[in-house]
Amino acid sequence: MNSISLVLILPVVIPLTAALLTLAFRNHYRAQRAASVAGWAGLFGVSVWLLLAVQGQGALSVQIGGWPAPHGITFVADRLSALMVLVSSAMGLAVGLYSLADICRAREHYGHHTLFHVLLMGVNGAFLTGDIFNLYVWFEVMLIASFVLVTLGGQRGQLEGGLKYMTLNLLGSIIFLASVALLYSQTGTLNMAQLHLVLSQGVGDGGADPLLLTIAVLLLIAFGIKAAVFPLFMWLPTSYHTPPTAVSAIFAGLLTKVGVYALIRAFTLLFTFEVGWTHELLLWIAGLTMVSGVLGAMVQGSVRRILSFHIVSQIGYMVMGLALFTVAGLAGAVFYILHHIVVKTNLFLIGGIITRTGGASELSRIGGLMRTRPVLAGLFLIPGLSLAGIPPLSGFWAKFSVIKASLEVDGWVIAAVALAVGLLTLFSMMKIWSEAFWKPAPEDGAPAPAPMTAATGVLAYGPVVVLALVTVVIGLYPAWLADQAAAAAQQLMQPDAYLHAVLGEAVR
Amino acid sequence: MLVMALLIGALVAIGLYLMLRRSVAKLIFGIVLLSHAVNLIVFSSGGLLHASSPVIEAGETMLAQPHPDPLPHALVLTAIVIGFSVQAFAIVLIKRAHQEAETDDFDRMDTTERDV
Repeated sequence: MNSISLVLILPVVIPLTAALLTLAFRNHYRAQRAASVAGWAGLFGVSVWLLLAVQGQGALSVQIGGWPAPHGITFVADRLSALMVLVSSAMGLAVGLYSLADICRAREHYGHHTLFHVLLMGVNGAFLTGDIFNLYVWFEVMLIASFVLVTLGGQRGQLEGGLKYMTLNLLGSIIFLASVALLYSQTGTLNMAQLHLVLSQGVGDGGADPLLLTIAVLLLIAFGIKAAVFPLFMWLPTSYHTPPTAVSAIFAGLLTKVGVYALIRAFTLLFTFEVGWTHELLLWIAGLTMVSGVLGAMVQGSVRRILSFHIVSQIGYMVMGLALFTVAGLAGAVFYILHHIVVKTNLFLIGGIITRTGGASELSRIGGLMRTRPVLAGLFLIPGLSLAGIPPLSGFWAKFSVIKASLEVDGWVIAAVALAVGLLTLFSMMKIWSEAFWKPAPEDGAPAPAPMTAATGVLAYGPVVVLALVTVVIGLYPAWLADQAAAAAQQLMQPDAYLHAVLGEAVR
Repeated sequence: MLVMALLIGALVAIGLYLMLRRSVAKLIFGIVLLSHAVNLIVFSSGGLLHASSPVIEAGETMLAQPHPDPLPHALVLTAIVIGFSVQAFAIVLIKRAHQEAETDDFDRMDTTERDV
């Protein structure tokens, strides 16, 4: 086994090994935590290696079991996949360390660590696979782990939220599987590179085959449910605030973004034969998603629910970059995804610390944290303002690049919508700021909880500080990430390297 | 083929109808019927034909023609296994939610929608 196949397989194998070890050590508390931390750190190291390897060679692939493509299952990493694996592994490490301070012993005993690693395995598998049925399988791996993580603990809110989450995501999986089957019956292949060749050749003079368009829309619905776009996002704000902070933070950072990743793959690699129609539809969805998410957040009264609605709103910007279907637009979308994962995860972690130090998550019951926790107040402002797109933080460059891309193709309306939504986002962040930090603590507010111990404090604040630093660094030196995003977008618009890596010399 | 199409259509229709009811017990039947329907779609995606199984006979080097496409069979097995385990989890979750909320009515399972 050479190093290329190793670096492609390890992002899946390491979480699997860690999951098995943590399951074996479930009665040995320290050993379980040690195995878990080793898993997160190892995964992060491998994902850095993967990005470096992909930068050197363009795109890498490995055929599992030695069956040549398009017959076997392919793992393939282009720049987008490598970047996504890197940022999701980094979030795994950050949220994982936070979870050591946040998750109670009983949850650890009942498999929190195991499920967390299985979730990371599913996410990485979805980013790396080059086969659309295999993508379905990785989605299921990720979903089953997330179902259990949402409901682990069995409180009423978790079960009710989890039930809605599960039902809608199962419906999404069913639609996804049906469209994969229809796609196979139409094209005779499941390999995404092969599908690209078949679908891009098959368009005659009379426009695209209506059945293929139907499949495209079915996949749009399936991925749309997972990405929580308008009008399919209802499962998200009803369930994301119910599990413990560490769980909702990793969900907020990664799960919907896997849906967005799948949308990007599907609508750059597979369904590009009717761009005028499909991508126009995507643009409408993007605008409506932004607006409905941000309006939903305005009426909420709890930190975590406000943040949940903002996930929906921000997904709109990513879909907008995809819908523009230019190199600049996709580069903006990729930049936006990477920035958003860091910022949103961090906001959820901070929301968890607010809940913990204030005693409640409802804004009416907490206050005065500015006086008691000035550091936390400063830490909240960094990702909060970055989410709203205030310079010089990372969110400014992310919004700037998608809006600039939309103006290049004369998308005045969508640009205006994006700017207005940015303002409303700022309003929401200021609402959290003034209610939780600035106003005096209410008389009949939540009881003051027990202070954290020193070790817990380091584990809780450490990841938050590091992620906030990342946000500031991206904001001050956006060139590196912008170059990465532009290179990824270039590969998406001209997938020669991807096809070459999967199918070999025959393509050229 | 027509029978298969009608069967799948009926299963999807009944499944969706049951999922749209307010009762959570009917929800689980809806999920089960829908995943049966989609398994049948996967099964028939390689085309339906009367032929021998796609196994190379002893002494031959090629498959006998005509032969069915074996790939959908492998896919449907995977899909059945995944679907079965998810359904098992769904049933347990619905039972627990039903116990906690003490209601069978979806509209009354709304504690996550309201501010406390």
